[in-house]
Amino acid sequence: MFDIEHYYEAKSVEDAVRLLSEHEDAEIISGGTDVLVKLRDGKGAGGTLVSIHEIPSLHGVYVQPDGTLEIRPATCFTDLTYHPLIQKYVPYLGEAVDTVGGPQVRNQGTIGGNICNGATSADSAATMQTLNAVVVLQGVDGVRRVPVTEFYTGPGRTVRRHDEVCRAFEIHPEDYVGFTGCYMKYGKRAAMEIATLGCCVRVRLDQSLSTIEEARIGYGVAAPTPIRCPNTEAALVGKSVTDEGIYELIGTGVLDEVNPRSSWRASKEFRLQLISELAKRSLREAIRRSLNHEAPGLAAPDEERR
Amino acid sequence: MLNIVHMWVNGKEVELAVDPRESLLETLREKLNLTSVKKGCGVGECGACTVLIDGVAVDTCLYLTMWADSKHILTTEGLKGPNGELNPIQQAFIDEAAVQCGFCTPGLIMTAVEIVGTGRKYTREELRKLIAGHLCRCTGYENILNAIEKVAGIHS
Repeated sequence: MFDIEHYYEAKSVEDAVRLLSEHEDAEIISGGTDVLVKLRDGKGAGGTLVSIHEIPSLHGVYVQPDGTLEIRPATCFTDLTYHPLIQKYVPYLGEAVDTVGGPQVRNQGTIGGNICNGATSADSAATMQTLNAVVVLQGVDGVRRVPVTEFYTGPGRTVRRHDEVCRAFEIHPEDYVGFTGCYMKYGKRAAMEIATLGCCVRVRLDQSLSTIEEARIGYGVAAPTPIRCPNTEAALVGKSVTDEGIYELIGTGVLDEVNPRSSWRASKEFRLQLISELAKRSLREAIRRSLNHEAPGLAAPDEERR
Repeated sequence: MLNIVHMWVNGKEVELAVDPRESLLETLREKLNLTSVKKGCGVGECGACTVLIDGVAVDTCLYLTMWADSKHILTTEGLKGPNGELNPIQQAFIDEAAVQCGFCTPGLIMTAVEIVGTGRKYTREELRKLIAGHLCRCTGYENILNAIEKVAGIHS
């Protein structure tokens, strides 16, 4: 038995918002792979849970009329990885969430929880940063949209208010069309491991596939929150993809934009080495994918049926 | 406060009054006496409590019974054939000596059932990743992989 005082099964997002506003101590539970583990450890014991597990409208991936990808938050990691829209337009996001825990955890854990629990080590976090994903929050005062780059306020803390439920993540066409990417995770084991460091690098090349038109670099565990490296991103623009100097540029540039710490998992020095090396490797792979003509076009709204 | 949960367990319709604090692991073991579902780590790392929910492998230690309403649950007990015969996966585990202490076995067999259910054939490397949510402290995994390869490997 879990140590829960009250449990409510929300029937809809509106229902969940109402329940949260009525119960000050309430916490949202979706997949449960995080909340129930913490409960077992005594964190949040004796509290209230509002379950959004059984709300169908929170599942799936869709295309909005303008080509914006809409990822519903209760979609589990496995469903994301194998979703045709994810595989076609943002495959590196599917690869990133395929590194979470093990298969059973990926069958239950959700991208909404991965982002909303505020963890810097979340495997989707670095990639979502580079996608400029927009978090759609619904609360008692209505709906608001927060870019994921402004979502985190500290370790385990976000701007989400107590009564707000994440309804979707939106990825706009300018953030995925023409881009390839690569997520690399460092952990001591290949499975059941929390990232020691996670790095996502994405590029958009010019039409002749010779120079970088746009670059995006996102990290998990390189700072108290997931971060981007805007200065290094800007420095890569206009560089030739055959110029080996770009790897030195990214590998040293990012070091000025990160703020890792020592933990029992790894020292700060080791993390800095990973930050530099994973950026180089991810950039190389992202470029290889672009040269291999893997960059997607614009998604069409009628594509959304699985 | 008790809630009524209606589900199908190993093909049988079941209606139970459950406490919302109950995990599916507790319900299956303690109320339905399905003791093939093992309680290991309790935090979703060892996979000993794995069952299939609507065909998908899930750690029942991290699954509230409330969520099982109107769903189909399959445990190792449900693999038995009409005349008590073993499932081909169970037979493969025996043939390949993939069982030592046996504690991880039911969970691994259920993941193997999910793997076979996809209808695909897998390389050994792919199978390694697919069973990564299970811990076995006896076998060193080699015989387990041999057994699953026998039913779902590319050469099977």
